[in-house]
Amino acid sequence: MKICVLVKEVPDAAVEKRMDPNTKRIDRSGEKNLNPFDTHAIEAAMQVKEGGIVDVDEVVAVTMGPETAVRALHKAVSLGADRSVHLTDPSLAGSDCCATGYALARVLEQEAPDLVLLGQQSDDGECYTMGAIIADHLRMPSLTQVIKMDVQEGSLRCERQAEYGYDTVEIDLPAVISVGDAINEPRYPSLKAIMGAKKKPLESKSTADAAIETDRVGEPGSQTAVLAINPPPAKQAGEIIEDEDTDETIQKIMSWMDERKLLA
Amino acid sequence: MSGILTYALHYQGAFNKNSLGAVSEGARLAQQLGVESAAVVVGGDDVTEEMCASLGQYGAQKVFRANAPEGLGAPVVDVMATLIQERGYRYALFGGGLLGFEIGAGLTARLRAGVTMEVTRVKVQDGKLVAERPILQDSAIVDSGYVNEPGIIIGRLNAFEISPAADGASAEVETLDVQLSEWSTKARMVQRGEQRGEQVNIEDADVLVAGGRGLGKAEGFEMAEELAEALGGAVAATRAVVDAGWYSYSAQIGQTGKTVAPKLYLAAGISGAIQHKVGMQASENIVAINKDPNAPIFEFSDLGVVGDLNKILPKLTAAVKAAKGG
Repeated sequence: MKICVLVKEVPDAAVEKRMDPNTKRIDRSGEKNLNPFDTHAIEAAMQVKEGGIVDVDEVVAVTMGPETAVRALHKAVSLGADRSVHLTDPSLAGSDCCATGYALARVLEQEAPDLVLLGQQSDDGECYTMGAIIADHLRMPSLTQVIKMDVQEGSLRCERQAEYGYDTVEIDLPAVISVGDAINEPRYPSLKAIMGAKKKPLESKSTADAAIETDRVGEPGSQTAVLAINPPPAKQAGEIIEDEDTDETIQKIMSWMDERKLLA
Repeated sequence: MSGILTYALHYQGAFNKNSLGAVSEGARLAQQLGVESAAVVVGGDDVTEEMCASLGQYGAQKVFRANAPEGLGAPVVDVMATLIQERGYRYALFGGGLLGFEIGAGLTARLRAGVTMEVTRVKVQDGKLVAERPILQDSAIVDSGYVNEPGIIIGRLNAFEISPAADGASAEVETLDVQLSEWSTKARMVQRGEQRGEQVNIEDADVLVAGGRGLGKAEGFEMAEELAEALGGAVAATRAVVDAGWYSYSAQIGQTGKTVAPKLYLAAGISGAIQHKVGMQASENIVAINKDPNAPIFEFSDLGVVGDLNKILPKLTAAVKAAKGG
């Protein structure tokens, strides 16, 4: 069995994110990191590999992004992936969800995995849709926001929370599964794994290598356009109390609630 | 003229509130564009003609009833893609919810259609729809336009208001036979809508004390329960702690949970992710206690307390009891 894990490099959580008014894209300069949701997908892959129920030949990390995105792949490899594939091409810049999903699906087609895993959302774009877009391109069944995944020979038994409670779904492989962060506690990479990550095979692919039609990607190939970026409606900032003396803090909370007749 | 096709999710004979909001929104937009508003209902024998026709009360002129499994995304993608391709619908619209994301995403791939998600408002510009989408923790709102049609619009939870169009209005119902794609049948629902944890009622409470991961462990909820009892309210929870098994699903706020608007919402150890915010932002007074001063919840709370819950909650409970004379 072969597992592909989709990963993404995103601005670090501590970086204040903003839109670049000129390109109308997210300003992704500054400190970057592996999308935290993706670490759960890698961990899920490792648990399948180590679980002993099915034989996993390899776990391949796949990303699309500029040159710097190799760092996300190194991180993925340090967490256990055997090798990685980096789809990178200037013509991909500015791709919307539709274009990105198409491009990633072409790369995955070449890899022909039995299972594609990804995090339920990226920390920057937060589109939640990549898994289901890719699945339809690959003509595979899919499920998103999965919090429990039991692998069997040829199929998966998955659980997720949907509109009316918890659903249990049985899915034949090959399949695309996006995982929620409740599925596992990702491991920390060992120092040895971090040091060794750059030595694992990393293949760089252009759009031509992946047989991607370039008129379907990048800003020109996108189906949505950012027409304007506006500030949100102004909201009066709330009062903030830093708790130094807890008795005093409690008094402040009590009088605040009392003024609003919340203690009646 | 074909216009807007809205997906109407249902369960146990009732339509989802967010779907009814989307049907209303679809009708409003279709009227502005001068086109037809239609809805899709997918399911088995449980979907009656009468039920489908009742969507007319929310402004749907036409309702397609398709015999296919409900509760999973791909079969609905098959149904809606066929309708859009054969009948020329210009937009597909979804209310907030997990399935809407999956179906909308599938249509995006199948039809090479632009998609905008977490949409809070839709407007008509030059005879086309433009979707407003808050991004980056709601720090900016993007106007997203569609280069081509069809366009896919996935609403944020509670973004679209239900507006009954006309009492007793009835939509024309057409039953469809749709060929499911091969991969649509490769996911099978084994069990749907399992309730985990005891049943609690949080929707009628005037005061809610909501707990998140910051409570540290399941036992941390005891502090929240004591405070809620002192305040005469109930306890609510975030998705993270419900998925972790710390608290009942029926107490969950936000996307795939409940939407509430109590007089007082006291959030204890909740970071304030958008999925949570959409279920409680209409609360009259929001108090947040969190040790992380950068937690997004402080952006939309009326009173924010940066500090340790273990120190604050027990003392607050004692103070509330004393103030209430107990």
